[in-house]
Amino acid sequence: MSLWLAIARRAFRRYSTYRAATLSGIFTNCVFGVIYSYVYLAVWAAAPGAGGYSSQDAVTYVWLGQALIMTVALWGGGTTEELAERIRTGDVVIDLYRPVGLIGWYLAGDLGRAAYHLLTRGLVPLLVGALLFDISAPDGPVTAVAVLLSVALAVVVSFTMRFLVAALAFWLLDATGPRLLAVVLATFLSGMAVPLVIFPDGLREVALVLPWASFLQTPADIWLGERTGWSTLGGLGLQVFWAGALLALCAVVLTRATRKVVVQGG
Amino acid sequence: MSIIEARDLERTFAVRRRAGRLRRERSTVHAVRDLSFSIEAGEMVGYIGPNGAGKSTTIKMLTGILVPTAGHLRVAGLDPSARRTELARRIGVVFGQRTTLWWDLPLRDSFELLQRIYRVPPATYRRNLDRYVELLALGDLLDTPVRQLSLGQRMRGDITAALLHDPDILYLDEPTIGLDVVSKGRLREFLRALNDERGTTLLLTTHDLQDIEALCSRVMVVDHGTLVFDGPLAGLRSGGGARRTLVVDLVDEAPPIDVPGASTDRVEGPRQWLSFPADASAAPVVAAVAAAYDVADLSLQEPAIEDVIRELYAGG
Repeated sequence: MSLWLAIARRAFRRYSTYRAATLSGIFTNCVFGVIYSYVYLAVWAAAPGAGGYSSQDAVTYVWLGQALIMTVALWGGGTTEELAERIRTGDVVIDLYRPVGLIGWYLAGDLGRAAYHLLTRGLVPLLVGALLFDISAPDGPVTAVAVLLSVALAVVVSFTMRFLVAALAFWLLDATGPRLLAVVLATFLSGMAVPLVIFPDGLREVALVLPWASFLQTPADIWLGERTGWSTLGGLGLQVFWAGALLALCAVVLTRATRKVVVQGG
Repeated sequence: MSIIEARDLERTFAVRRRAGRLRRERSTVHAVRDLSFSIEAGEMVGYIGPNGAGKSTTIKMLTGILVPTAGHLRVAGLDPSARRTELARRIGVVFGQRTTLWWDLPLRDSFELLQRIYRVPPATYRRNLDRYVELLALGDLLDTPVRQLSLGQRMRGDITAALLHDPDILYLDEPTIGLDVVSKGRLREFLRALNDERGTTLLLTTHDLQDIEALCSRVMVVDHGTLVFDGPLAGLRSGGGARRTLVVDLVDEAPPIDVPGASTDRVEGPRQWLSFPADASAAPVVAAVAAAYDVADLSLQEPAIEDVIRELYAGG
């Protein structure tokens, strides 16, 4: 356990050295938060109660989205990039000589990164949003804990997706196409573009059970009280399922990729 | 008991090749075949061979990250691929061309992370760290990020990293590559001392034969996936058809010298070059020459180890 914590701490520290990037990122999140808030307020004024959200819910959702973009690494990045690079250069062989699992190693690092991004690029925009707009808070400590748990699971699910895309580069040599596709899918199916709850019938139900819903829609709905009790547990359960299934898939892909590296020599 | 035991080790790779528009041909490549050897605890063994001979494949099988296709393999009493993690705690690996340290961390942080990875008890960790930091003169560098270290400094850091958990076996893959003469010398000295004091078994792959001459009492030469030589360095010189050369300076010019057990390769004025098998004694040849000719001077040349190995590779 102390090893995983040490890895996470190290990633946290490393990301915290990029202060200027963090500050400019926070500024960007806030600007977009303001713009989207006014857009959503206008939309919900025209269609009150759309998706079961009040206009306060909608604005809160905007700021939660801004807070989670970097935390969940919705658009890529994080330690999966490092791992992909190490597979490409063959340095991954060194990782294999160690008595620790590769995926656990990089996942722990990514959770450390996510913790840093949550405290900076997550918390600060939320506070700014709370100052400028009327946004809601979770209705108690239990809900708050459930939100944190849901965000942690969101990071794990997003880690697996990013890992799979990065691993693709290993076979394709250039993963620009898949990467772009992954960003588009994540943007729409996480609810970052528009909340999944206002998707048309049919598409909405499908989108809500796909892994991308974990990134934003599920934690946001727990925060907003759209999910309570069993519904919260159901949402978390689905996230656990996706995290487990996709981690298993990552393990299979990793075995195949490293076998190739190991065989190629170096 | 041998610390490493390999019997009839074999590793094949399936290679798929495009043959025509859709058809693909499968063929099998033997990276290693019929490889048998055993290494005793505390030995220092050089493992050499040309590129692509099967060195890396062997090391990967010994460390358990590659599964042998056939054969029997035990390292420290364990089946490497089946118990890779357990074995990993008992071996150290050093690559001349890659680093096990973290680029963006100070040396000290890398070491601390490794302590956790290998679960080194704090007392052992402190003792080893103090010891290697002193021996390898790393004291002033502990707080420097690895990316700012010179190659020689990084290498010393890597060696320390590989030894923190007291491995029984240390694999070194071209440890002196790119180092200057002084650094090379110091590193060899350190490895010798390590083997002396701790009895650490060293297996060294290298293209620098001076590493082998300085460190290894035993050499294994691999080519095309099989061992072509396994024995003491001296034996490598005498075997394989290598010849020693006796340079004779006569007082006067003379026709080619004719003595039993040696042949004259070259004549240049009063100087003549005689050669004889490297495993034969020079004494009878010298005596015969001195008895029959007026000799001004004599000198003996050992075959260069590079030449011997080149011949081995060519014959393989």
